[in-house]
Amino acid sequence: MHIVRLATETDFEGWRTAARQLLSQRVPPEQVEWRVGEESLSLFDSEPMLAQSASGQARDPVQAVTEFKVPREFVELCRKAILHSDPARFALLYRLLWRLKELPKLLHIAFDPDVARLHSLVKAVRRDLHKMKAFVRFREIEMENGESEFIAWFEPSHHIVEASAPFFTGRFTNMRWSILTPERCMHWDGKTLTFSPGASKADAPREDSGEELWRAYYRSIFNPARLKVSAMQSQMPKKYWRNLPEAPLIAELIASATQRMDTMIAAEPTQPRRKIVKYVAKKADGMPSEQNMD
Amino acid sequence: MELKQKLEILADAAKYDASCASSGTDKRTSRDGKGIGSSGGMGICHSYAPDGRCISLLKILLTNFCVYDCVYCVNRVSSNVPRARFSVEEVVNLTLSFYRRNYIEGLFLSSGIIRNPDYTMEQVVEVARVLREEHDFRGYIHLKTIPDASPELMARAGLYADRLSINVELPTIASLQSLAPEKDGQAIRRSMGQLKSKIDESKDKTLSGKKPRRFAPGGQSTQMIVGADTTDDRAILDTSANLYGDYRLRRVYYSAFSPIPDASKVLPLKAPPLVREHRLYQADWLLRFYGFDADEIVTGTDGMLDLDVDPKTAWALQHREQFPVDLNRAPKAMLLRVPGLGVTSVARILSSRKVRAVRYDDLVRMRVSLKKVLPFVVLPDYHPGHRLDAPNLKQHLQQAVPPQQFGLFESL
Ligand code: SF4
Repeated sequence: MHIVRLATETDFEGWRTAARQLLSQRVPPEQVEWRVGEESLSLFDSEPMLAQSASGQARDPVQAVTEFKVPREFVELCRKAILHSDPARFALLYRLLWRLKELPKLLHIAFDPDVARLHSLVKAVRRDLHKMKAFVRFREIEMENGESEFIAWFEPSHHIVEASAPFFTGRFTNMRWSILTPERCMHWDGKTLTFSPGASKADAPREDSGEELWRAYYRSIFNPARLKVSAMQSQMPKKYWRNLPEAPLIAELIASATQRMDTMIAAEPTQPRRKIVKYVAKKADGMPSEQNMD
Repeated sequence: MELKQKLEILADAAKYDASCASSGTDKRTSRDGKGIGSSGGMGICHSYAPDGRCISLLKILLTNFCVYDCVYCVNRVSSNVPRARFSVEEVVNLTLSFYRRNYIEGLFLSSGIIRNPDYTMEQVVEVARVLREEHDFRGYIHLKTIPDASPELMARAGLYADRLSINVELPTIASLQSLAPEKDGQAIRRSMGQLKSKIDESKDKTLSGKKPRRFAPGGQSTQMIVGADTTDDRAILDTSANLYGDYRLRRVYYSAFSPIPDASKVLPLKAPPLVREHRLYQADWLLRFYGFDADEIVTGTDGMLDLDVDPKTAWALQHREQFPVDLNRAPKAMLLRVPGLGVTSVARILSSRKVRAVRYDDLVRMRVSLKKVLPFVVLPDYHPGHRLDAPNLKQHLQQAVPPQQFGLFESL
């Protein structure tokens, strides 16, 4: 059994280097075990192999497989799939690499179980990234020098914090912000991005002065005559609710919706209370303005 | 009046506009700017309301005072709803404050008509100008334009906005005339035509190679209210096909006429026809992505879409002689007509079958609705036999997707 130890959960370069070596030594996928970090060694730990980063010395074996070119698309998919939290992802990617050598068109067979699994990992990672961009909620705090800093607490399902950074730095370039997550935090001071170990929800501010208006908006933009709770939940699953300031309103909005609609339908038409001056389009000025429409 | 109260009134007044899209504009970030914001790509829904609608933009009216009297509208002059008006500065600050906290992708601003179209449009454009020029805001801006506003104002709107829209409101010009007496269907279409040529121009390099003036890179969209008049689905889809064809709209939104507070007695209120609206969206997708023509989608003799099954299934049921389809041989256009196969599934079949034949197990793994697909296809290890001729086929298919399941356009 070959054991590969990767530096971090998202160590793509480490995986790539190790995979090349294993492939050049023709080690079949069933004989490789992939691990992350410094866990205790297992019984099979006969010859641990440390994954060298891309600049590592292991030149020779790499050379041996350079003629074997994997499709560019595969490399891109691997970069994304490796961010998934499934511990079996490293093995899956190596198995795909191994099979690609025999069947270069493997990726075209979308129904192949390994290929389908690869696509589903990538899809889950993309979705998680998308939801992070959507559901991060910053809370503003004032720093000692009077400037504002924005802090968010978010719980991603996969290892996507670094991958999300370009989005946040490109959008909130001129703000000072931090996004805290259980696994990894990132901080932006307007110029540089830094990372720090995971945090807890208690490290983030508990409220924000802007949230009341946001909740007022959420309440008002909802149309009680069109209740479709399952459509909402398929796009905004409950696991995100605990970190969304608007989510506590959902139950109450759902509960009162039917009654609100029935009231609207049952209401008698009213007579206009205001004096209505017929609008004539041609005469541009001196038309009824908001003054006589109290 | 307090800001919060204004927000409540003016968001409430804006919620009957279905669009909240923030996609399709040019890619930009704030890396080389002084302000805030980025855009480009597929757009982001930052939240969802319990009505299932995406909340992507701060969607508000500048004011719900209106001198028009469109009977279907909560803001019409004869309605007794409470009125409010934002100042330009209030809208700008709300937008920035929401944006900084990552609640929204930007602003969708529209307005009731106060004084006259030009005055109203000027105020709307001013909000966009302040956001762009004074705050270097690079998020998404969608402005509702007012048909009779002057061309100069339209040009300025296009300079600042990512998307512009004018609502046709009702599917036919005649209905518009009776329900929105001050509106002019011809003028609305004329304005759309002008927007289209400005959008086209902005995409061409001029002869001198100079970059053309920016104009609404996210294109234009419109909305039709469904169920407030008696227009049938066939006429609605005809109108849509025209709008897509003649004005190259990005989207036509369908909005089931929904009860409003203090409704006019001209329109008897009932629960909005949500299933019908859903079928229209499905039909709209068939028009845009599945190669269907407007006049073949509505299969019923009454001019209406079948509410029991999706329009693609309804079409297949009426054209059984064209099935079963051999998934390993049929051209793409025919695969797209198989009930239960979406655009992605079709792409997968096409790419896989180049390498090896698609078989029954593959279909299972693809996670399509087998109940829907199987009666219509042939595989090397599967044949539907006489299932296509079964008199109860429709009932069988109806069970495949519960009619209340909305928003799953992919599996059309
Ligand atoms: S113009 Fe008609 S549709 Fe628009 S706000 Fe006024 S009444 Fe409503």
